[in-house]
Amino acid sequence: MSITGPEATFAAVLAPFAAAAIAPFATRLLGANAAWPLAVVPAAIFLFFAGLVPDVAGGASFTPAVDWVPAYGVSFSFYVDGLSTLFALLISGIGTFIILYAGGYLKGHPHQGRFFSFLFLFMGAMLGLVLGNDLITLFIFWELTSITSFLLIGFDHLRAASRRAALQALVVTGGGGLLLLAGFLMIIALTGVTDMATLLAGGDILREQALYPLVLLLVLGGAFTKSAQFPFHFWLPNAMEAPTPVSAFLHSATMVKAGVYLLMRMHPVLGDTAMWTTILPIFGGITLLVGTLLAVRQTDLKLMLAYTTVASLGLLVMLTGTSWEKAIEGAVLYLLAHSLFKGALFMVAGTIDHEAGTRDVTKLGGLRGAMPITFAAACLAALSMSGLPPFVGFIAKEYLYAGTWGATGAHQAVTAVALIGNALMLVIAAAVALKPFLGPKVETPKHAHEGPVLLFAGPVALSLAGLAAAVMAHATGVYFISPVVSSVLGTATEVEVHLIPGYIGAALILSMVTVALGIVLYLKLDALRAAMARTLAAIGWGPDKGFDQVIAGIVSFSGSFTRLVQGGRMDVYMTLTFLVTALALLVPLTLTGNWPSAVPMPDFRFYEWGILAIAASGLFAVLVAKTRLTAIVSLGIQGFAVAVIFMLFGAPDLSFTQFMVETLSVVILALVMTRLNLRPSDHRPMLPRIVQGTIALGVGVGLAGLLMRITELSFDRSLSDFFEAYSRTIAHGRNIVNVILVDFRGFDTFGEIAVVMLAGLCVLALIRVRPKHAREEALDRAAGDEALQKSGEARL
Amino acid sequence: MEAAFAILIGMFFTVAVYLLMSRQLVRVLLGIAILGNAVNLLIFTSGRLLREVPPVIPEALQVPEGTIANPLPQALILTAIVISFSFFAFLLVLSFRAYQELGTDNTVEMRVAEPTGETAPPQGY
Repeated sequence: MSITGPEATFAAVLAPFAAAAIAPFATRLLGANAAWPLAVVPAAIFLFFAGLVPDVAGGASFTPAVDWVPAYGVSFSFYVDGLSTLFALLISGIGTFIILYAGGYLKGHPHQGRFFSFLFLFMGAMLGLVLGNDLITLFIFWELTSITSFLLIGFDHLRAASRRAALQALVVTGGGGLLLLAGFLMIIALTGVTDMATLLAGGDILREQALYPLVLLLVLGGAFTKSAQFPFHFWLPNAMEAPTPVSAFLHSATMVKAGVYLLMRMHPVLGDTAMWTTILPIFGGITLLVGTLLAVRQTDLKLMLAYTTVASLGLLVMLTGTSWEKAIEGAVLYLLAHSLFKGALFMVAGTIDHEAGTRDVTKLGGLRGAMPITFAAACLAALSMSGLPPFVGFIAKEYLYAGTWGATGAHQAVTAVALIGNALMLVIAAAVALKPFLGPKVETPKHAHEGPVLLFAGPVALSLAGLAAAVMAHATGVYFISPVVSSVLGTATEVEVHLIPGYIGAALILSMVTVALGIVLYLKLDALRAAMARTLAAIGWGPDKGFDQVIAGIVSFSGSFTRLVQGGRMDVYMTLTFLVTALALLVPLTLTGNWPSAVPMPDFRFYEWGILAIAASGLFAVLVAKTRLTAIVSLGIQGFAVAVIFMLFGAPDLSFTQFMVETLSVVILALVMTRLNLRPSDHRPMLPRIVQGTIALGVGVGLAGLLMRITELSFDRSLSDFFEAYSRTIAHGRNIVNVILVDFRGFDTFGEIAVVMLAGLCVLALIRVRPKHAREEALDRAAGDEALQKSGEARL
Repeated sequence: MEAAFAILIGMFFTVAVYLLMSRQLVRVLLGIAILGNAVNLLIFTSGRLLREVPPVIPEALQVPEGTIANPLPQALILTAIVISFSFFAFLLVLSFRAYQELGTDNTVEMRVAEPTGETAPPQGY
């Protein structure tokens, strides 16, 4: 594994995890300024992937790999191509500024080091996700992003809203992850292919499977939950409970795009079927409309942005779902544009919140003078989001209109939905970027002023990147868009990206219509917001409320189910256990026809019959004994009978031990029992006696039958022969049983002694704990002494 | 011979299991003591029975002469006897102390860990 070239991908993915380990210590040393050295890590990762761009743009792809669990064909492998490189660049590039931003945003927070750690853990997981080649590797990183997202959303864990949002995100995305795992396992089972690169090279390998619809649905289950598609969109706005750096990083620029990434990644093998081009545009389109309409309803800056993120994800899914080359070009451009402007706008919203003390858009205004740099960054990002030139958002919108225009049939709706969505997106962009800064100065909870460089570095850099990507449109096209589109389509594709539209076509006209519609709607924003509020109040139920109902249902169901099966009655537990034991013995013996054939008349001598009879009568006496002493003596009878049996059948060692142990048991039992006023006789009613007697008989008959059957079969003496042959020759002992215990199986005996010692210690501990009444008396006495002492002091 | 033993062992298990299902701790303890014997005899018999030939090598020989009793189950049982005895002693003291603390030997009345009428688990996050 070298530190340059594609092999260093391993180092790039693992570096954030190392940084996560260091971050708390760095923060303890340097405070908020630890952000500067820590940001070097993602910056270095960014530079590494930037170095790969020329090769990747040339059509190369790399698959560095090491064995992980070779027995199951699982490897730790990565796939570096156009798509994964763009994502890796976004994650590490935006991540650099997020780390800086987090330094300023949580300055002085007692757990800032922990926060950095979580962010780095997420960064590593996300890099692993987008670079993962082996399906299992990819899945593990996929779930890691869900877990780190849980930690980050619940960072402010003292608030119930945070905990709820964190749990909700984990349940929704983690549940989707399980569907994805099922989908991946099906892919592996159906095709035998375990890695993405081979799968993508396989062409119709999945589409020709009879189970293709199921595979597609499972993969979509993972992608739709992660990318917050309707009706799973509700967790994303709730995730805004997280500190703003998290919202900017995970819930706009990177993690929520994992679902879109997966769809784009698997488009060459799963896409372009009737099912794909039906399901994806429908769900994506609904998500786009629902997201933008709900965004209009909000007055919280972060929530407005969150719902437009939902909408943007819907747009991306819709475009990917068309499987048209031009629409996918638009989707890729929009993906890049969205990550840049949405990350920037979230950071702007966070800065406003941090400096002005509120992010309610109705309570903000006139901040342009106090926060000029933030205002500039907000404007640049909002222009890109609105799809206005000269920003990459504009190019993206041009391409997606060009890509969707001219469709036939039901697909014409795609253009209409995109147009409405984009117009509403413009409304929100204007509301976020203009409303807090323009107009008369509004008194805010905190005296607003420009944030430190840590806070404005990110928004400025990202919004300028959106401008640069558009100005250098040709380079963007060659180095980023073409390789990604090639990955998504599965064939090498050249995309010519121009900032200035070559001709006055449908796309440009649609853009103008969008802008005009957007401006009209912005002027009517308050009326629109009120109308949405009325509609939502009329509906009165949503998936978010449904989540609460489901969770409450699960908790109360598990509560009553636990009370049902764990009633706290030992006799019930025992009865059930032995019922299952009896069935487990009897049913297989019957079903497999393995009951012993005939019971031969044993050739016992008379004294052997005698000892067997004594044992049996001892057992019977224990059962029916009326007093505890009779029961103990009867217990002794069966124990000594067993000892005699051992003696008669060639086991003198066992016999001696059994005699000793049985004597001790009886003596101790007699000693303890005589101290207790206990009735040993059975006081169960008749019905339970019959039921439990039947179960006990079932266990007895089952084990007797099993043993008879076993002794009917031939016997393998090889182990015993080994011990007989070697106990004198190797271990120099004549008593073979003893040699086995102390020599061949010496460690077993060692363990046995340890068990005996432990039992002895426990007995000692139990005896030395004073009885409850004694403890209470002692406490009373102590309290009395203290009171006496106090009254004595008072008298003095 | 083994078949007759199997029947006896079945009786041991029947009695032990019946006692274990009782509500009275004393009877449960008796059941545990018998269960230990039942399992030991089960292991002993499944290693096949042979009369009066202990697995000991005569002084003059390096390996035993003729067939001898199977030493392997005996070694296992020797361990088992000792462990089941220490287990039994521990349970005995535990029951005794439970009786001292709770004033009952009836398992139905021992509800400290799992009280009756437990409230439903808390809702919320």
